[in-house]
Amino acid sequence: MYNIKGYLDACTVSEAIELLAQNPNLRIIAGGTDVLIKMQHGQFQEAELLSIRTLESMADIKKLEDGTMIIGALATFSQIFNDPIIQAEIPALAEAAVSMGGPQIRNIATIGGNICNGATSADSASTLFALNASLRLESKTGARLVPIREFYLGPGKVDLKPGEILTEFRVAPEDYRGFGGHYIKFAARKAMDIATLGVSVMCKVAAKTLTEVRIGLGVAGPTPLRCVEAEEFAKGQEISKDTLAQIGKLAVKSTNARTSWRASKEYREHLVEELVQRALKTAIVRAGGEELA
Amino acid sequence: MAFSVVGKSVQRVDAVAKVTGKAKYTDDFYERDMLVGKILRSPYAHAKVKKIDVSKAKALPGVEAVLTYWDVPHLKFATAGHPYALDPSHRDKEDRFILTDKARFVGDAVAAVVATDELIAQQALQLIEVEYEVLEALTTPEKALGEGAPLIHEDCERNILAARGYHIGDVEASFAESDYVIEGEYETSIVQHCHLENHISYARQDSDGRIIIVSSTQIPHITRRIVAQALGLPWGRVRVLKPYIGGGFGNKQDVCVEPLNAAMTLAVGGRPVKLELSREECMIDTRTRHAFKFKMKTGVSKAGKLKGIQIEAISNTGAYASHGHSIAMSAGTKFRPLYAFESIKYDPVTVYTNLPAAGAMRGYGVPQIQFALESHIEDIVNKLGFDPIEFRRRNLAGVGYVDPLSKNKVYSNGLAECITKGKELIRWEEKQAGYSRQSGDRRRGLGLACFAYASGTHPVGLELSGARIVLNQDGSVQLQIGATEIGQGSDTVFAQMAAEVLGLPMDMVHVISTQDTDITPFDTGAYASRQTYIAGMAVKKAALEVKEKILNFVWGMTDIPAEMLDLKEQNVVYKHSGEVVLPLAEVAMHTYYDTVFAQPITSDTSNNARVNAMSFGVTFAEVEIDLKTGKIEVKEIFNVHDSGKIINPKLAEGQVHGGVSMGIGYALSEQMLFDEETGKPLNNNLLDYKLPTIMDTPDIGVAFVETEEPSGAFGVKSLGEPPAISPAPAIRNAVLAATGVKFNRLPMNPQRVFEKFKQAGLI
Ligand SMILES: Cc1cc2nc3c(=O)[nH]c(=O)nc-3n(C[C@H](O)[C@H](O)[C@H](O)COP(=O)(O)OP(=O)(O)OC[C@H]3O[C@@H](n4cnc5c(N)ncnc54)[C@H](O)[C@@H]3O)c2cc1C
Repeated sequence: MYNIKGYLDACTVSEAIELLAQNPNLRIIAGGTDVLIKMQHGQFQEAELLSIRTLESMADIKKLEDGTMIIGALATFSQIFNDPIIQAEIPALAEAAVSMGGPQIRNIATIGGNICNGATSADSASTLFALNASLRLESKTGARLVPIREFYLGPGKVDLKPGEILTEFRVAPEDYRGFGGHYIKFAARKAMDIATLGVSVMCKVAAKTLTEVRIGLGVAGPTPLRCVEAEEFAKGQEISKDTLAQIGKLAVKSTNARTSWRASKEYREHLVEELVQRALKTAIVRAGGEELA
Repeated sequence: MAFSVVGKSVQRVDAVAKVTGKAKYTDDFYERDMLVGKILRSPYAHAKVKKIDVSKAKALPGVEAVLTYWDVPHLKFATAGHPYALDPSHRDKEDRFILTDKARFVGDAVAAVVATDELIAQQALQLIEVEYEVLEALTTPEKALGEGAPLIHEDCERNILAARGYHIGDVEASFAESDYVIEGEYETSIVQHCHLENHISYARQDSDGRIIIVSSTQIPHITRRIVAQALGLPWGRVRVLKPYIGGGFGNKQDVCVEPLNAAMTLAVGGRPVKLELSREECMIDTRTRHAFKFKMKTGVSKAGKLKGIQIEAISNTGAYASHGHSIAMSAGTKFRPLYAFESIKYDPVTVYTNLPAAGAMRGYGVPQIQFALESHIEDIVNKLGFDPIEFRRRNLAGVGYVDPLSKNKVYSNGLAECITKGKELIRWEEKQAGYSRQSGDRRRGLGLACFAYASGTHPVGLELSGARIVLNQDGSVQLQIGATEIGQGSDTVFAQMAAEVLGLPMDMVHVISTQDTDITPFDTGAYASRQTYIAGMAVKKAALEVKEKILNFVWGMTDIPAEMLDLKEQNVVYKHSGEVVLPLAEVAMHTYYDTVFAQPITSDTSNNARVNAMSFGVTFAEVEIDLKTGKIEVKEIFNVHDSGKIINPKLAEGQVHGGVSMGIGYALSEQMLFDEETGKPLNNNLLDYKLPTIMDTPDIGVAFVETEEPSGAFGVKSLGEPPAISPAPAIRNAVLAATGVKFNRLPMNPQRVFEKFKQAGLI
């Protein structure tokens, strides 16, 4: 049962921006898979919705000449998973996309909605963190580019100003080229579930050393986060079981897990330590490194 | 005996209707100007309603009625879907009102609204002002049994609903004669049925003022009675219709929404009112599976013979009795034909708590006790160094077992063959050898667990079932049964039985799937794995009667004595040669239009089955455990059943698939969680309640050992509930084999596995 007071359909991005400027109460609806659930739970009463689903330009996935990857905010998870460019260049994002929901949800849910919803469990978030993705936000007063790590303000809170719309994600070539990556979603079920922990690792290797490691985590704190201490330690380390073990341990330091009825802090931290190592192991191989026994 | 339709995997009679969306479910019975009912639920687990002010809600435009405890009859009623008992001492506990003046769990219905649409109804609920006097929330049986605990129901001392057990033989003597006496404690969780279609009904009054209810129920005739009782009406003033239904698993063997729905329509002058629960409501205000705690103590001889067993059980029935009293008894009863214990002492206590009411759920107490018993047996086997398969085999009670209390006799028992077959299917010996020395983070193990079950409730409950058959002009028949199709496929197997007796192809048997208490023959409903066995007898009896009438009619037409005739492939034939005497359709035309002898052929039969057949089976499971994450994965699982003759192998296999997947969820992930202090539900939705998806379900291996059960029509025994019983203990035993860690509490979810492995020093 949805308490919908008004519903508008925008035909162009500029029209959407104009409508938003006129009525600050408008709530953007993309796939609606978060919005409608919240409405059903009574979180938004008498909603005035602005649909952006028909803004086709915002659904594109493309690589610019300089190598910058553009992922439209309206790209659905099915689209991302099936996209040949994503599969070739950022397979970890394809893994994240297909780990999400079930086929029906993936067909309608957008990556923009996933991030704007602000949940720490968003399956695309940890990989976008590891990719240093930035967000293009447009409003009547202009456009701005925000790094994803600055976009999350708190649980369910993002830096989306009134009148703003997220149009696309950008990933610079130096943030994905030469990296191997892997996303592990740890959840009670293999589909239709919220992550107990999401781990996305990107790394570069040269000879037998790690030249760069990036670790993005979801559900390890109130917002998605990066494991800076572990990443710094990893730089230049020789690839060995011991190195991985230390990276796993250090990763825990960046987390801020809580005990809830869903899982204990101790268990969550144990999972961070273990799964960061597992993700890194696979990422190393994908980056051209040798497989660790 | 060779059958032509029975034993074949014919297509479900409702397959096309269901896949094309033409099958009508309760929500499809839309009426013009249908009103919507909604329930106001208590936020407190235990609280008296001091005052309710509904004036603001009533004033909201679009609100047609607001009901509270003070607007409904104050007649306590019982909700369990059991046949009525003439003996008052045998009746279910009457502890409910349509709306309560004392909330007994978070979500208890204290008021209700009828409005022109759902949104208005929802808004009206928010305008109702309730003043509560909050009482201590008793969220565990221990708290409820505690000294000085408040009473949840005034008439139940110490919050005990029932504590009747039994004693067979002398356990103390058995223990004294045993070489070993071994003890163990086991615990199961509260889980929910999660049928696809939530509880829903709609109600109106017809032009004579009778109450008509369309409901997603397993028990239309019982629902009619209970609605009438709750409202203080003569039973005939209520009519219940059951259309297609999206699953029940026992949760609709209870009357949850219909009495309130009836009160709603009465409050608005008989206008149609729909009452549909959301998933979140359904998970707290229908029924759950009882959580049990068991203490078991067993005497065993050196030779590996089970001597005596003593079982103490605490069952948490939640806020209302529902089936609580009989579920503890069912648990203590159905395992008895499994192993040959010399003596058994069973002491259950069923306790009220301030949690959602527990009721019937697939297996009716038996998945709980079998988890405990088969885990306990494994612990004994491990401790004493026996082989788990041989130990069980050696102790089987076998054919000829007569239950000392129920007097039910086992006429067929294929369990030993089931065990042999399961062992082969999973390649036990070969794999076992490979798993003896494992290291690393992933470990594999094998386990098994057995069960015994009944077919229906005899001699505890009445097993009455009705069937009606009408021969049409074209030689086809209508088959009407009181037993309800709830997805399990009963309509199809009944059609097969009628077709078999009458020599008809399936498409000449038209099953009336909708039950209507005004029209449908009397039957108590779908539960206790009774339908194919019990209602099957009624269908066979009706078909035999129609056959007899047809053959007698042909005798009149032809001078060929009826006993020389038979029905085959839509013809009346000579029994000895098969030579066609007359096409059945021609005979049928004469039964309608012969100017002298016309008399349409029908049969309206009822069968009171005073028998019961024991069914058996075993689960073999192979698991792989990720030691570091605590994840357990079922790699292979086989359920092998003795359910007598299998009427439709495909449907039977489907039953087993469903039951095993339920058992896997019970083992690994499902549990309803509540705040210990307040009793608030934490995960009454399908995101947080971890019902496995198809991706989490391995391929399920199914096999049958077909025995001939003399008491059942065509040799059948039960299969509805049994598949859900033994997977959980088999998985638990496989985990034990792989890791050496005993999980004596369900579910074995990663958090709990992590904790136990940590304790055991595995991580
Ligand atoms: C059954 C089910 C399963 C799910 N499983 C998962 C899962 O496994 N993993 C997971 O991460 N999530 C899951 N979700 C949550 C949800 O599907 C995702 O977060 C999804 O990506 C949201 O996208 P949407 O397009 O549906 O967003 P919407 O619901 O339309 O919007 C979400 C929020 O973002 C805002 N918004 C959307 N687009 C823009 C934009 N372009 N600019 C500005 N604001 C915008 C909206 O105003 C709203 O606040 C599941 C949801 C359901 C119902």
